[in-house]
Amino acid sequence: MIKQQVKSESEPSTEQGRRRSMADYLADNVKAIPPSGIRRFFDLVSGSKDVISLGVGEPDFVTPWRFRDAAVYSIEKGRTQYTSNAGMPELREAIAEYLHGRFGLTYDPAKEVLVTVGASEAVDLALRALVNPGDEVLIPEPSYVCYSPITTLCGGVVVGIETRPEDEFKLTPAALRAALTPKSKVLILSFPNNPTGAIMTREELLPIAKVVEEHDLIVVADEIYAELTYAGKHVSFASLPGMRDRTVLVSGMSKAFAMTGWRMGYACGHPEIIAAMLKIHQYTVMCAPIMSQVAAIEALRGGMEDMERMVESFNQRRRLIVQGLRDIGLPCHEPQGAFYAFPSIRHTGLSSEQFAERLFREAKVAVVPGNVFGKGGEGFLRCSYATSPTLLQEALERIGKFLQTL
Amino acid sequence: MDDLRLKILELLREDGRLPPSTIATMLGVDEKTVREAIADMEKKHVIVKYGATINWSKVDDDKVTALIEVQCTPERGRGFEKIAERIYLYPEVKSVYLMSGAYDLLVEIEGKTLKEVASFVSSKLAPIESVISTKTFFILKKYKQDGVIFEELNGDHRLAVSP
Repeated sequence: MIKQQVKSESEPSTEQGRRRSMADYLADNVKAIPPSGIRRFFDLVSGSKDVISLGVGEPDFVTPWRFRDAAVYSIEKGRTQYTSNAGMPELREAIAEYLHGRFGLTYDPAKEVLVTVGASEAVDLALRALVNPGDEVLIPEPSYVCYSPITTLCGGVVVGIETRPEDEFKLTPAALRAALTPKSKVLILSFPNNPTGAIMTREELLPIAKVVEEHDLIVVADEIYAELTYAGKHVSFASLPGMRDRTVLVSGMSKAFAMTGWRMGYACGHPEIIAAMLKIHQYTVMCAPIMSQVAAIEALRGGMEDMERMVESFNQRRRLIVQGLRDIGLPCHEPQGAFYAFPSIRHTGLSSEQFAERLFREAKVAVVPGNVFGKGGEGFLRCSYATSPTLLQEALERIGKFLQTL
Repeated sequence: MDDLRLKILELLREDGRLPPSTIATMLGVDEKTVREAIADMEKKHVIVKYGATINWSKVDDDKVTALIEVQCTPERGRGFEKIAERIYLYPEVKSVYLMSGAYDLLVEIEGKTLKEVASFVSSKLAPIESVISTKTFFILKKYKQDGVIFEELNGDHRLAVSP
């Protein structure tokens, strides 16, 4: 009876006596972030048959058995507990050794390394630890889709910096300078880049470091694709003179070690920043799963050959798709990192979304429209080449035929 | 052997039908180089044969495969060469290996029925003069061959589109 009365008195009468619509309960900053554009495309594509997907953002390799076996063995032995908040000491040591050996970086595993639930959590922690409401976060785009919404959730202001095909989608010091204001605080650097495949060499990073120093910025360097660099060796931004303490290095096991589902990431940086990130991490997730940490130790200590074999295979398929795209008439700059090609479809007159949707419906090939990756992505497609050579060639053939119908 | 040739061999071992043009693109070299390397390796019998890996258990006309451990006396001055030849010339014999350890030759035999294989061993293999003993092991199930897991548990479980 009482319920009935409440309902009749309430303004918009809703179920179960609620006086507000559900949307009214939601936090404003969550409502302010748009749903992921990739999600929309996923809904369109998922469930359809005979589709070749070049839309996948993860390796086509299953995690090498020796990493999986290490995790299975540890589960059998009953290692199912929490670990220390920052991650198992042995794993932090393995990460520090690995970063030293591969990229010449030196971090103290006790104070400067934090194990996270995927590199995504590390990005979230870094931005939450650094961004005050009103602070501007500089994000070179096109880029991976998480930086801008996380910034918004922190109350920060997103300043997208468009990278351009004529610069091979690299960040130029001029573009960075043009975006600076007195409120600029954080610069995100994600090279090798998803979706463009762009990398930045030491010579190209040095002038960026100069601007960072001049304007007293802090850098969140998402280097999850570091090992997937096909022209020379990856240069970590933190390895540049004076940049170590200005950089939060974010990386993880997902891409190079084919460990996406394990959610194994890490962050390295100045002890005060890592301590601040650890504070959030210990209240929100406590620690990363122990079985994933055990697998990561095995991967870092004994998985280099497996990793290098996979990287070589990506490189072979990279050459195949770039040549193939050019052969069917899609201009494509040479992606030198990650596992994506980013061809232009501007000359077709279609928008990225129109092209991707028609390509899916008419030719049964799924790609991700470039516009979902932010500024400068319109007119391009992200094509993942983490697919077998046979399927890649079949997909290229289908795209070629589709182009002729336009 | 140079690095390029090793890479060509690795690609062909995985997929013997890859055309030289594709291999050339994948390895970032010109097609002529790949064609010449393959031709040369065929000529030198580095590449011996192109075939298919078949899961015969899925074919109605199933086959019986046995591995036979053979102990034998080597011949003076010729070791096991002559006896190995006497064995491998039979078409039923699919492979012959000289082994370290408790026996000398490992012989793989393929036949239509169990009886056919057993009769080959008793009538052809065992009577060879220098053969001392044979032990026959029938293969009941092949889980993995040539690096391929037959009942693939993995497949592609990835989401069709992900960031």
